Amino acid sequence: MMLIECPHCGPRDENEFRYGGQAGVAYPERPAELGDEEWAAYVFMRDNPKGWFHERWFHTSGCRTWFTVHRHTVTHEIRP
Amino acid sequence: MTPHPDTLWRTPRPRRSYDVVIVGGGGHGLATAYYLARNHGITNVAVIEKGWLAGGNMARNTTIIRSNYLWDESAAIYEHSLKLWEGLGDELDYDLQFSQRGVLNLAHNLHDVREGRRRVNANRLNGVDAEWLEPDEVAKFCPIVNTTASARYPVMGATLQRRGGIAKHDHVAWALARKADQYGVDLIQDTEVTGFEITGGRAVAVKTTRGTIAAGKIALAAAGHTSVLASMAGIRLPLQSHPLQALVSELLEPVLDCVVMSNAVHVYVSQAHKGELVMGAGIDAYNSYGQRGAFHVIEAQMAAALELFPIFSRVRVLRTWAGIVDVSPDASPIIGRTPVENLFINAGWGTGGFKATPGSGWVYAHTIAHGEPHPLAEPFALERFTTGALIDEHGAAAVAH
Amino acid sequence: MNFLFDGRSYTGLPGDTLAAALLRNGVRIVGHSVDLGRPRGVFSAGSEEPNALVQVGADPMVAATTVELHEGLTARSLRGRGRVDPAAADERRCDKGYLHADVLVIGAGPAGLAAALAAGEAGARVILVDEQPRPGGDLLNSRVVLDGAPGQAWAASAAARLAMLPETRILSRTTAIGYYDHNYVVAVERRPGGERLWHLRARRVVLATGAHERSVAFPGNDRPGVMLASAARAYANRYGVLPGRRAVVFACADSGYEAARDLAAAGAEIAAIVDPRGGPDRVTGVVTGVVTGVMTGVVTGTTADGDGVLDGVLVGDRLVEADLLAVAGGWSPVVHLFSQSQGRLRFDEELQAFVPHLSAQAERSAGACRGVYGTAAAIADGLAAGRQAAELTGFAQPVPVPRVPESDEPEPSPPAALWVCGDDPAASFADLHRDVTVADLARATGAGLSSAEHVKRYTTAGTGADQGKTSAVPGVVAALLGTGPGTTTFRPPYTPVSFATLAGRDRGPLSDPIRVTAMHDAHVARGAVFEDVGQWKRPWYFPLPGETMEEAVERECRAARTGVAAMDASTLGKIDIRGRDAGLFLDRVYTNLYSTLPVGSCRYGVMCTADGMVFDDGVTSRLADDHFLMTTTTGNAAQVLDWLEEWHQTEWPRLEVAFTSVTDHWATVAVAGPGARRVVAAIAPEAVDLPFMTFTEFAHGRVFRISFSGELAFEINVPWPYGRAVWERVLELGAVPYGTETMHVLRAEKGFAIVGQETDGTVTPQDLGMGWIVSRRKPDFVGKRSHARPDTARTGRKTLIGLDTHVPEGAQLTLDGRMVGHVTSSYPRAVLAMARGVGEGQRLVAHDGGREIPVTVVAPVFYDPENLRRDGDPFVQGGVSSFEPVRHSPAGNFAARFEAASKERVRLREVPFVPMWEVRGQDPGRGLRLGPAWWLVTGERPEGGVEVSGQRTVLEISGPGAREVLLTGCPIDLHPSVFTGHAQTSLAKAGVILERVGQDAYRIYVRSSFAAYLSEWLLDALTAYVASFRK
Repeated sequence: MMLIECPHCGPRDENEFRYGGQAGVAYPERPAELGDEEWAAYVFMRDNPKGWFHERWFHTSGCRTWFTVHRHTVTHEIRP
Repeated sequence: MTPHPDTLWRTPRPRRSYDVVIVGGGGHGLATAYYLARNHGITNVAVIEKGWLAGGNMARNTTIIRSNYLWDESAAIYEHSLKLWEGLGDELDYDLQFSQRGVLNLAHNLHDVREGRRRVNANRLNGVDAEWLEPDEVAKFCPIVNTTASARYPVMGATLQRRGGIAKHDHVAWALARKADQYGVDLIQDTEVTGFEITGGRAVAVKTTRGTIAAGKIALAAAGHTSVLASMAGIRLPLQSHPLQALVSELLEPVLDCVVMSNAVHVYVSQAHKGELVMGAGIDAYNSYGQRGAFHVIEAQMAAALELFPIFSRVRVLRTWAGIVDVSPDASPIIGRTPVENLFINAGWGTGGFKATPGSGWVYAHTIAHGEPHPLAEPFALERFTTGALIDEHGAAAVAH
Repeated sequence: MNFLFDGRSYTGLPGDTLAAALLRNGVRIVGHSVDLGRPRGVFSAGSEEPNALVQVGADPMVAATTVELHEGLTARSLRGRGRVDPAAADERRCDKGYLHADVLVIGAGPAGLAAALAAGEAGARVILVDEQPRPGGDLLNSRVVLDGAPGQAWAASAAARLAMLPETRILSRTTAIGYYDHNYVVAVERRPGGERLWHLRARRVVLATGAHERSVAFPGNDRPGVMLASAARAYANRYGVLPGRRAVVFACADSGYEAARDLAAAGAEIAAIVDPRGGPDRVTGVVTGVVTGVMTGVVTGTTADGDGVLDGVLVGDRLVEADLLAVAGGWSPVVHLFSQSQGRLRFDEELQAFVPHLSAQAERSAGACRGVYGTAAAIADGLAAGRQAAELTGFAQPVPVPRVPESDEPEPSPPAALWVCGDDPAASFADLHRDVTVADLARATGAGLSSAEHVKRYTTAGTGADQGKTSAVPGVVAALLGTGPGTTTFRPPYTPVSFATLAGRDRGPLSDPIRVTAMHDAHVARGAVFEDVGQWKRPWYFPLPGETMEEAVERECRAARTGVAAMDASTLGKIDIRGRDAGLFLDRVYTNLYSTLPVGSCRYGVMCTADGMVFDDGVTSRLADDHFLMTTTTGNAAQVLDWLEEWHQTEWPRLEVAFTSVTDHWATVAVAGPGARRVVAAIAPEAVDLPFMTFTEFAHGRVFRISFSGELAFEINVPWPYGRAVWERVLELGAVPYGTETMHVLRAEKGFAIVGQETDGTVTPQDLGMGWIVSRRKPDFVGKRSHARPDTARTGRKTLIGLDTHVPEGAQLTLDGRMVGHVTSSYPRAVLAMARGVGEGQRLVAHDGGREIPVTVVAPVFYDPENLRRDGDPFVQGGVSSFEPVRHSPAGNFAARFEAASKERVRLREVPFVPMWEVRGQDPGRGLRLGPAWWLVTGERPEGGVEVSGQRTVLEISGPGAREVLLTGCPIDLHPSVFTGHAQTSLAKAGVILERVGQDAYRIYVRSSFAAYLSEWLLDALTAYVASFRK
């Protein structure tokens, strides 16, 4: 059970949160102008690094804020 | 008294070059090597494994075998696999402890019932044995399941695949390894792949911690680590790696003689030959390569298990662990060519890889040998994410074990 | 104390373990081995026991060395496998607990006690966890003298000092079983009524878990009578039981001499001490006392009597008669938890053991678990560890440093590097529990296996209930492979844990929260049959006495089609959406347009995932220019709110819009049928002339004119407290109650699809024949681009069709032998299916359970295709009485039970009908802040507040025991120094706002639909607490 620092509520148990995968994947400005492959990349392709990862978490049981966490996917260490 | 043979495999030094280098010495990699040799006569093959053979998900899964998938494409490949299972022990001359004891998938609400019946009917038309059991028939088939109406989520029926069951994972891997070794395949352990040599868009060699090995073709069979390897070749894949936890109880005298799965309450259980209950749940939500999960997942799983089996109240969990499963967006595998020529991929089996071991190896070996997908693998190509022709097994089975 | 073992009656003493009591009664054989069926005896005195596994009542398999004897205990021996006894009821009630500490110390031996003292006296919040009934660790078993007094006195005084520290909590009979990420430790406390599973989060952890003595693999080392030297010592010293009368001690380590001294003092004859290291001349760690008959050498075999019990020990060619062989093979530091914490181990050649090497978390090992042996050294190490932990958590103030006592132990000397001896590998057991011999291990390495993991799997060594804690496997395998022992991974749990312990209170009705509506009790009173939809209980149908389901549904349908009927639709998700950009936002998440919806109107909408597939649907109404009310499906309510907030916060944060769940605030009664107007008029006269797809406010809420049946229909929304009264009034006015089954029949007859029934995540709105709802005018909406992908845009996809024949749901459809689709909804007069490449009039075959039924494709609308029924009967003016509903609070039914359960130490009550508002954006200057721009305000309506008085109710728990009750279900730190205000978190798997309103008083704001569940849970927790306090 990881301890995740919510920017509003402070440190809380992992199961108060929902995981949101890779952070910083922006919705395309004009999806209609994208080719099928570019669109597929937005919908389906996400980084899956073994190591440090910027990822999104959502405090579902608390303040309902989405925020980004920098976490190591092997050690599960979280950097401030 | 060990049921294993006195001779398993050699420990060869890697040669400079092979016709095919398979990256990953798990069940699928070993099956691929075996079928390359057996079906295609390709024996100048190395399997490169960074740890010990079959020490990843092959050593960590709950060994359930079934083929009752909803969609035609899935049913076809898993049923092909199940047919191979039915002759595999004899063929490999190894006791795989393959036991077709029947797999129950319980339904706990009207939605489950509808989807279960849908699946049974689809399975039968696809040549997959399947039956629908009403609650009283469930009670007859597996008397220790709690079928009382007062349960929090009562059992409202179940699908049953009688040909489904379990096998002993290590035996399967070792049997495949031993036969591949006998065919001349080099099984190279404790050797990590660190990169690929790619010239003109064509993969020509793997770089390893024991030097560079030239390869006519390179085949990834690395499950949870596929993304890491693919990124070394500059390929981005729609895969996410997650922990999947499982556990065993201590040894018990025989008490459960079939496999019971429940998607709604997220648990699946069988009793292995030695006597331990083997159980699993859903994946941990976050990405991880840590081979461990969070304890609350286990707690929820055991609460769910007790709702189904109150009789197990005082049975004790002996050991918990996790594998790293590579999950694709539609919970179906990705098999075939990649944007890099001569580099092949077989990944995304998620939580359901063990049962596919022989089938996966069979179609992958064909794909590698011919340079184009086996017909059963064709729908599972990477391109489906661009066209939208997904094979979405989520809708039918929230947990696709 | 009397007890039964294998049907025979024996007597033991209070404080005995079952193993001690059996030895006290001369029972040597306590079980048989799993594969070979060899007789086995007690081998250890703790949870590391490989042999003495027994069935006790409902416990299929437990170690006799850990079972505390009680009057009437009944145990049976086993053959290596547990026995599930279906007849043995498990009466124990388990629960959980959540605690937080600055410093968590695991193990209350000399090192752990010292660490806890050092940290506790520095002012840190300390939790000390220990497996034994009382603190002391190995001091309980030994005769070491500290400062001239028995070591136990030192332990007792240390424990007494700890008990004085207000912020230190000692958990005895508690085994730490798992060490997880971010300093999270799980422990099992054995309490009188059942176990409690503790979840402990600590800023620093001190591991003081001690060491296990290990065995040596020699021929016949498994016979009853062969025992660890430390165990023999423990039985002699602690329990006053002589495990044998004539003993040989195999002293590969100093502990053999200690055992010899103590066994002799207890009256045993020491026949020989066998020391491979050369005895007292060569070894420093020999205790003063009885040291006679020391032989240099190794044990090479054993002999046994007719029962297989030890009667002699072979040392080379000499046979020494003995009924006890005490083996001191050396020590294995208990590094399990350290390894679980992801710390790296190394093999220490001098100690011949794995010791902690590199930490991965905020922990430190102290004492024997890191190879620091000797009582005084362990205490010194513990003090240092405790002090360091306190400093690192901010407790650096100078305090009197506890002193390290003087010990009478000699300086320890290294153990013999000996794991295997003798020359009969097939009779030398490396793993007693799994019956694995040295020969088995050799066969594995001989087969070509070069990895220790492969060898374990080939032989099963180390995989038993004891996880090989005392086994010689690592050293034997290393010797066979010609390598050093490879590092091992230890996996949780440290000792086996029962399923019931892990489930805690989550059993039966509490296994998952049950959500109910404001009208639930009324439904129960009417004999409704319920359907589980997610966590909700929804009335499925309302049978009259003697009616079958078919008859009931037929009657309910007839009422809705010809008269008037009513359904509880409260479970639909409801989301209040406010802000200048609300319309624009909805345009982006729905496939159709909302920014153009006139105020006062309602519109049906469909949402897609980015992949273009239907995700949810519902009606959204425009309450004001900047204010909408969205409804969602019952099952997806939480996901839709998450979805909206995700898009808003992560993609379009500049849009001014805010979302408030009001699912529980509004109770909804759907009134359907041509006569609906008459019923609605009696409650909300304003609604009589409502045009279709519009709404109006009335005295107690709103009335929407929307229909999911094709009939004239209204949905009356009132705050939760009025729900039941409105429901009862509607029925009094003649409406026939109907459930979800009838709702499905009515909607299927109209050809309305249901998300999750006609759809399965692979269906677009176009596939459902709802291309009309997909706006072509909008430049984009979530999912739009996916609709243009080749496979999604192609013709020949599955589409919604009707069938002319009633075939079961789930039937598959074939056309010329090809599977083309399946039946999604099926009722006597309406059958819907999803199928590809078929048109009206086409003949298909439906397959169900082996039956083949010919069917014909028809249009998927079976009732009133011209929508002539929509407006129902005209309103006839009648005697309309005014409607003054009474209120019911969500936990109102519990008042008497709360009162009865409340005791002096803890009281429970509901604070009903608190006016509540949620505010977004501007700080209202009062209330509870729930998020960065989110407040809950009670009392007077604040500016811009969304009324949520019915969304939650308030339960209050107070009294000195309140915190102890809450911490059995609430994971956050409730310590008064930390939890001073309020928090939004979970309690017993229900989302709550927890507010501390006094020294010992808390208010729990819980969603109304969870109130009954949480009330049951709290009553259970409170009752258990009161009972335990009495004990």
